[in-house]
Amino acid sequence: MSELTGRVALVTGGTRGIGAATARALARAGATVVVTGRDAGRAAESAGEFGGYGLALDVGDFDAVGALVRQVVSDHGGLDVLVANAGIMDTGLLGMIRADDVRRTLDVNVAGTVAAVQAAGRAMARRRRDADGTERRGGSMVLLASVVGTFGAAGQSVYAASKAAVAALARSAARELGPRGVRVNAVAPGVIRTDLTAALPTEVLDRQAVAAALGRLGDAEEVADVIRFLAGDGARYVTGQVLGVDGGLVP
Amino acid sequence: MTLSDRLRAVFVDALELPGDVDVENLTYRDIEQWDSLGHMTLVAAVEDEFDVQLETDQVIDLSSFKVALDMLRGLGVDE
Repeated sequence: MSELTGRVALVTGGTRGIGAATARALARAGATVVVTGRDAGRAAESAGEFGGYGLALDVGDFDAVGALVRQVVSDHGGLDVLVANAGIMDTGLLGMIRADDVRRTLDVNVAGTVAAVQAAGRAMARRRRDADGTERRGGSMVLLASVVGTFGAAGQSVYAASKAAVAALARSAARELGPRGVRVNAVAPGVIRTDLTAALPTEVLDRQAVAAALGRLGDAEEVADVIRFLAGDGARYVTGQVLGVDGGLVP
Repeated sequence: MTLSDRLRAVFVDALELPGDVDVENLTYRDIEQWDSLGHMTLVAAVEDEFDVQLETDQVIDLSSFKVALDMLRGLGVDE
């Protein structure tokens, strides 16, 4: 039996990049995986690649996030793993940032993650039974922070602020939900080759690769493997941590 | 057992109430056990017992035994 057999996992923003790689990794570990994306067809197509389920969700819609978690619980009998991955990254130098851009980034990256943690926390606190009848409670959440939330990055002030908020959310939620058996951790990826970072100038990516102790950029699968570890029982005594997955971006 | 009796049992169990507490007239923060942490335990217990999923606004509004009872009736839970 695989590590996550019998577990239900929800991955927001699971149609591409780190989210898609994570969904595949969790499915390989035996979990029933539900992925969300802004487009229902894309979500279903992505989930179909590994026998999962795809649902449409705009994480910027606070109430919709809670409704989706309730739907997952109804459809699959519970929720054991949340990977709050959905996020957006707008770049903009100070002096050129519009209020609407700030609000949208905070709505999706912060409020949307809060909504997911809140709804998933309640779902994970509920009793449910394994196939053999064993009763269990609790679960594991992994939030997507970022190395720029810790160290900052020119041109990414708003994104960095939103990711720092996610890290703080992980630490706070871990304290609040720990007594109910729910672990909450975050990963803080460095520069990972995804659609999101493809928008960055080549010289920035090259500079980041050189800055990493391992001398290269990361792949989505390398982040997914860490998320899978944090989601599973191998990390059963780990909570409230923000784990860098950055190839050694030591300041 | 009536809906009210079942809900009373959930309150007593989830909030670990002593036998002499007047559950039917209990409101949020009336007693030490029904603080914010106790509230989430209570909500989870209510959802388990009656197989319902409360929305965030309902969780916030669930401020007394009577409100909880009305809420469950509104959700169509059998008497």
